[in-house]
Amino acid sequence: MAISGTVQKTETVPIASSSDVVLVRQRVRVWTTEMKFSLVEQTKIVTAASELGRNTLEHGGGGSLELAIVVNGSRQGLRLRFSDKGPGIADISLAMKDGYTSGSGLGLGLGGSKRLMSEFEIDTKPGGGTTITAIRWK
Amino acid sequence: MERIPILRMGNYLLVTIQVDMHDKLALTLQDDLTNRITEANAKGVLIDISSLEIVDSFIGRTLANIASMARVLDAETVVVGMQPAVAITLVELGMSLPGIRTALNVESGMEYLRETVADHEESDGYIGDSAED
Amino acid sequence: MSKLLEAIQENRKSILQDWTQRLKSVDRRRDLLDDRELDTDAGNVLSAIADVPAGTTLEDFSAVGWQPLKELLTNLSVSRAAKGFSPSETAIFVFSLKPSLFTLARQQWGKDAGELFLEISAINEFVDKLALHTTDSYIHGRDQVIARQQEEMLELSTPVVTLWDGIVALPLIGTLDSARTQVVMESLLQAIVQTNSRFAIIDITGVPTVDTLVAQHLLKTITAARLMGAECILSGIRPQIAQTIVHLGINLEDVITKSKLADAFRLALERSGRKVVRVDKANSASTTNPRVI
Repeated sequence: MAISGTVQKTETVPIASSSDVVLVRQRVRVWTTEMKFSLVEQTKIVTAASELGRNTLEHGGGGSLELAIVVNGSRQGLRLRFSDKGPGIADISLAMKDGYTSGSGLGLGLGGSKRLMSEFEIDTKPGGGTTITAIRWK
Repeated sequence: MERIPILRMGNYLLVTIQVDMHDKLALTLQDDLTNRITEANAKGVLIDISSLEIVDSFIGRTLANIASMARVLDAETVVVGMQPAVAITLVELGMSLPGIRTALNVESGMEYLRETVADHEESDGYIGDSAED
Repeated sequence: MSKLLEAIQENRKSILQDWTQRLKSVDRRRDLLDDRELDTDAGNVLSAIADVPAGTTLEDFSAVGWQPLKELLTNLSVSRAAKGFSPSETAIFVFSLKPSLFTLARQQWGKDAGELFLEISAINEFVDKLALHTTDSYIHGRDQVIARQQEEMLELSTPVVTLWDGIVALPLIGTLDSARTQVVMESLLQAIVQTNSRFAIIDITGVPTVDTLVAQHLLKTITAARLMGAECILSGIRPQIAQTIVHLGINLEDVITKSKLADAFRLALERSGRKVVRVDKANSASTTNPRVI
């Protein structure tokens, strides 16, 4: 795992229904507020979480989000880790493509979420589930 | 079931989205609006998102769908009040919502609708009261 | 495995006394910190060390049990920095704990050379880590102050000007880097909301060069403004910048551009349903100021 840092304080949010995606947004909002991110940063992080949470539900068949504060030296960051035991992502580059404006559902649009965060990693195996880890540093 | 209220003002429909919508609620809104446009023969739809702190790609697509469906039903849609942080985030996400008309607030949104609807009525050849049909 | 932690827990009072005495005897900044504060600080640090949850070892500084101590040192460091202490003065506060611990070690294990060496090494490693953490926090705290001051300076140096009702202008001056551009753009969007402006003129007459990153930020801002319901006009594009834009392959098709700010203003006035007319000399009292309708 390239993303490094000591982990402090974690919380797990199960993602099993569309109302859980709302819960994901709420919990991530609470954490970003506590960590005193700016309004624009908070909006970006919560929006990324909403995207990734929805993906976990719809493409992964449900899973969970683990929130954590990570510390690297004197830097503090919020780490979001979405995991599911779904079909995995067969073509990562396709998944990262922006397919939203056409509404054709081409890609999972993960590229958008990646742009909203500082670090982004996908760990997946076709048929073996997916874990997406994203960190936003302060 | 919870629904987002749709207000009617003459030829126009007004929707104010104040809650953090879950996906089903957004889809219900889409359905409700499409039905109401037809029922009321509405010519314009104003969607006020000034309270929305988060607009993700799903909500963005929902707004785009509403605008497209309304257009098919001969109604103009205008989305008003997008917060700066939301706008910045949507652009970063890669969504520029090209087919959607936007305005700063309800007032300018209504102004736009009135002008546009009036234009349509003129071009339809309707010139006010006529003695004969 | 070091037995130091236990020894510290059993001998807190004497360690604290020895430490604070040393702190006060050194030529320290009495003007910045009085004796009582010093006692409190030292007492808190020693308690944070002695009161770690059972199972926490001195060797594993990354363990969760050390978190309160780390936070305490960070806060101490930041407050010392704010008071005007230098980084080394702050670190010395921590380093001066060593002699007290050495004394303790000699008392406990003076007769066992092997054990004594082990404990002295443990003390050195541990206190060094504490001091390094303190210094890191000091620097981080200072970096944050600098960053905040930079932001404030940025906001001051790029004021958004209201040209007319519903028309604002952002005259950019100097070199734009990525960070500055982002801050400036956010404040423009904020101003658009606050002044209810349908038109925003971004004037780059005072910007010597534009690179791809800056051009991208400008485009993103223009798109964001559009999403909010405002239209941006880019003005003051000098010939060199126009060449750069074409060379870099930046697409400005969807953007309204004017070479002069005045032209951009005129366009914004027109688009908002206004025009400037010259008032007849005979009708105006003393001036021939054009009136804007």
